[in-house]
Amino acid sequence: MLKYIIRRLAMLVIVVIGVTLVTFTMIHLAPGDPAELMAIARYGLENLSEEDIERIRVAEGLDAPIFIQYLRWLGHTVTGDLGRSLVTADPVQEEILLKLPATFQLALAALVVSLLVAVPAGIISAVKQHSPLDYLTMTGALLGVSMPNFCLGLLLILFFAVKLGWFPVYGYGGLSHMILPAITLGTGMAAITTRLTRSSMLNVLRQDYITAARSKGLSEGQLIFSHALKNSFIPVITIVGLQIGHLLEGTVIVESIFAWPGLGKLLVDSIFARDFSMIQGCALLFAVLFVLINLLVDISYVYLDPQIRYEKES
Amino acid sequence: MTAAVVTAWRNLSVNNQLRKNKMALIGLAIILLLVIVAAIAPVFVPHHPYEQDLEKAFLPPSLEYPFGTDDFGRCIFSRIIFGTRISLAIGVVVTAISAVTGIILGMLAGFYSGIVDEVIMRIVDIFLAFPGLILALVIAGLLGPGMFNVLFALSLVGWMGYARVVRGVVLAEKEKNFVETARALGAGSLYIMYRHLLPNVLAPVIVMATLGIGQAILAAAGLSFLGLGAQPPVPVWGSMLNDGKMYLQTAPHLTIFPGLAIMITVLSFNFLGDGLRDLFDPRLREKTIE
Repeated sequence: MLKYIIRRLAMLVIVVIGVTLVTFTMIHLAPGDPAELMAIARYGLENLSEEDIERIRVAEGLDAPIFIQYLRWLGHTVTGDLGRSLVTADPVQEEILLKLPATFQLALAALVVSLLVAVPAGIISAVKQHSPLDYLTMTGALLGVSMPNFCLGLLLILFFAVKLGWFPVYGYGGLSHMILPAITLGTGMAAITTRLTRSSMLNVLRQDYITAARSKGLSEGQLIFSHALKNSFIPVITIVGLQIGHLLEGTVIVESIFAWPGLGKLLVDSIFARDFSMIQGCALLFAVLFVLINLLVDISYVYLDPQIRYEKES
Repeated sequence: MTAAVVTAWRNLSVNNQLRKNKMALIGLAIILLLVIVAAIAPVFVPHHPYEQDLEKAFLPPSLEYPFGTDDFGRCIFSRIIFGTRISLAIGVVVTAISAVTGIILGMLAGFYSGIVDEVIMRIVDIFLAFPGLILALVIAGLLGPGMFNVLFALSLVGWMGYARVVRGVVLAEKEKNFVETARALGAGSLYIMYRHLLPNVLAPVIVMATLGIGQAILAAAGLSFLGLGAQPPVPVWGSMLNDGKMYLQTAPHLTIFPGLAIMITVLSFNFLGDGLRDLFDPRLREKTIE
């Protein structure tokens, strides 16, 4: 197990180098001069002079060849210094740490929403198979999985914020601000989890030991909650785990719709401001989070399902 | 996201085979309809998609403007119809580039094994370990808005699945007798790959590609919703949604119709891809729970 974790962490290093190399190359290919951008940010567009631009270019090391710049950046990154924003001149890592909690809150809320909806819906659907309720749930799940989150977000705003006025249209604040973004982000995941819970539960309910328990005279409630549920959960947890990384990905669009001040919105804003160092920092952080979450999910399987052993793999 | 949705589709347990085939046929019918509509768009639309008339802005749906008009008084119906061309083109081109790249690399990795395999599969791992949509967003964003950059970015993050599947098939097939026979008869490596191995990877690749077109359309819509992709006044579904979001309160039809267009298109490709998978590979068919 330890060997496996070490191998995965080595993979993390390679992924980070790969991702930063790709973004660095793209920055080099991209139109726009970072030194000029910094000069505009510091002195304003009207005071822009060639001398200032050149001075900043030398001072920030932007005159060095691209691979030297990359190695320098990598060296700073190892010590936790991600450089300064080209637009605000604030340290990138401070800005990112400031935005990170909002993204975590949103992702967590979406996870909670999706599980709160999906698990009961899946169980009821399985227990009452072929009932109108079952068909209703499955149709909802089908729509949920094929609806782009930006459409859903806008529709939710339209009905619940604009027409009914139950929630704020966008912004960050209390629980009321969080509900619509969390539903938007959680719906795709809820749809997948509902279907999986249902089919997993149906599978378990057909096992012999369930029939045996039923013939012993257990009530349906006892049967479902103490016998069936536990065994139907392993595939569900697998899929939920796989999706957590993708929740992060969804935050980019959902945060942009709801003006939610998280990492995803920071990334999109930086892209439009052509704030290269901030983009680089955000991309790096997304990569690290993504790999770490997947690693945690994989490790947790070993404890949940004793049939999985990673040593055998290698 | 792509992987999650594909997994989702794999796990959708539709109750019986018959209904599934019916859904695949519905998907195919809608896709054919979309292709025809895209092909004859110029003769089909009631108005030119760029034609502005500020006095007719924000009109609700009517006989003259079936889906109403937008903030510039342009016909939303005509713009959606023209948007079909762009969406389908993006989906097909991105998928074609991804699939061809994936087939070539996967074939090389599976056929030559050793160091070639090792290098290619580590690159695949690196790309898979990063959320694709975010990488595409960063790449398209850095290169600047524009359709070509979106195509490039989405193709760059879309090929890994194909490489993996093709490598797997090639690893299994290359040990078989027909490959040995061909080699004994003096066939070269390229010939064997093209003539004997390629036909075997086509079925899974076609299934993946069908689902992939839907995913590429969805991802491209997401990027253009964020403001990347083709720039105004080109009618792109994602950016139409983005425009509409400012007028959500007063004129929701600006948002609803492009949203429906994206949803129906993606849904059709998902239906068809799912049905094709059952057709090509009965082993992948889910155990029917009936």
